[in-house]
Order: sequence, then structure tokens, then C-alpha cells
Amino acid sequence: MAFTFREIWTAIHGMALGFGFVLFFTGALALLLTLQPQLLTARGIRRNIILLKISGIAIAGLSWLAVIVGTYIVYPWYRAAPPKGTTDLSSFPRSRLLANSALSGWHNFGMEWKEHLGWLVPIIATAALFLIFRYGEHLAKEKKMRWTVFVILCIAFVLAGIVGVLGAIITKEAAVV
Amino acid sequence: MKNGTSAAAILAAGIGLAMTGIISTLAEAIAAFGKVLIWSKPVGDLSGKTFIGIAAWLVSWLILGLLWRDKEVSFRPILIVSAVLLVIGLLFTFPPVFDLIAGG
Repeated sequence: MAFTFREIWTAIHGMALGFGFVLFFTGALALLLTLQPQLLTARGIRRNIILLKISGIAIAGLSWLAVIVGTYIVYPWYRAAPPKGTTDLSSFPRSRLLANSALSGWHNFGMEWKEHLGWLVPIIATAALFLIFRYGEHLAKEKKMRWTVFVILCIAFVLAGIVGVLGAIITKEAAVV
Repeated sequence: MKNGTSAAAILAAGIGLAMTGIISTLAEAIAAFGKVLIWSKPVGDLSGKTFIGIAAWLVSWLILGLLWRDKEVSFRPILIVSAVLLVIGLLFTFPPVFDLIAGG
């Protein structure tokens, strides 16, 4: 069992960065939901905010890294056109999908959606990060803003989830190797 | 604490999302425009589409942030407009929608 150079980058894109995003997202949600003056001491709020800032940086940072690595390292391998006369399309995932009418939807719908939707996630995550830093400990008292951050993070998570699932299915059907 | 800069961050994100969607659909609908957006050959027009979306987000964030700095703004309308912009971004990056608009 061995990974190719391309498979390693695909794993970094989808698994390391993608799962890292999910990991820190769940942490951020838990921190936000418990960030209430009636639940925490002043010291507890300060600790929650520090952890929330770390989670926010991780969520935004990982989502930016995921789209940059995905778009500028993995995607060119995915969409590379095979030389004329090539019959073995195993190294050309896009062409491999399009050559099979039963699978072409995974490019025409799946990858087309994923490649655009993915870029919306870091913009949303960065807005949430800004709010976390802007309000800091005030988030504990500002219920409306706390829920705004919560909803924004959930939107980023849902979109990232769609992108991740599409990526997993496309990789299953035509992996970048 | 004044909410102006926070409102600016949220609205600017909405503008970035909507712009990414609109540019993506335009690139599908107008082939010549799609070619103009190929700023990186290996990546194709995705490079230009996303760069313009990000530029719209950052520029609008800067402008709104300066305009609303140290100001209290009505937050609910900002959230509603941002949600509408999010929906625009989502719709126009959804392949069946941009294929329909592009006529294909």
C-alpha cells in the first residue's frame, strides 16, 4: 500500500484540512453555546473566549487553506486534458467522468457545484472570525451577536459539508492519482 | 459597543458571496467573458471568478468598515440583506441555475 504524490495532496485537501475544519467547528459551537454569564465565571468566560478565538482562527485558516490547496494544487490534476489518442483515462479524472454518461453528472453537477461553493466557505468563516475578535468577552452578554456568530458558523459548516461529501463521492468515482 | 464594523463585515461577506455567484453565472453564459477570467491556465476560469469575488468582498468590507466605523447601525436590515445576498450567491453557483441561465 502506497500513496502517490497526488493522493497525498488530495488527502491533505480533503481529510487533514476538511476534518480539521469540522473538529474546530464542533469545538466553536460548544464554546458559543456555553458562553453565558449564568453558566460561567468571569474567568471561565475569558478562557472560553481564548479558545473560541483559537477555534475561529483554525476554522477560517483551514477553510482558506482547503480552497487554495484544492484549487491551485489538486484541481489542475483533476481537470488536466489527456493528450490526443489517450485511451487510459485513469490519470485524468475529469475526462474519465465525462467519457461515461453514467458518471458525467459527477463532473457537470458535482464538481461544478463543489468548486464554486467551496470558495464561499472561507469568506463566511472569516466574517465569523472577525465578529469573535471584535466582540471578545462581550459575546457573553450580547446574546443577539452570539447567535449571529452561531448561525454564520453553521452556514459555513453546511456548505463545507456539501463540498466535502461531493469531494468524497467524486474521488470514489474518479480519484486524482 | 457600536455595531457598525460588525455589520460591515457581515454585509461585505454577503456582497462577496453574491459577486462570486453572479460572476460564475456570467462566465457560463458568456463564453468570451469566461475566457477573460482564465488568469491561471491550469485552474481555468475559476481563478478569475474567485479572485473577483474575493476582491469585491475585501473592497466592500474596507469601504463599509470606514463608513460605519464607530457608528450604531440598524442590524436587522443588514442581516436580511446579507441573507438575500447569500441566497443569490448560492443560487448562482448552483449548476442547474447557471446552466439554465446560460441556456445549456
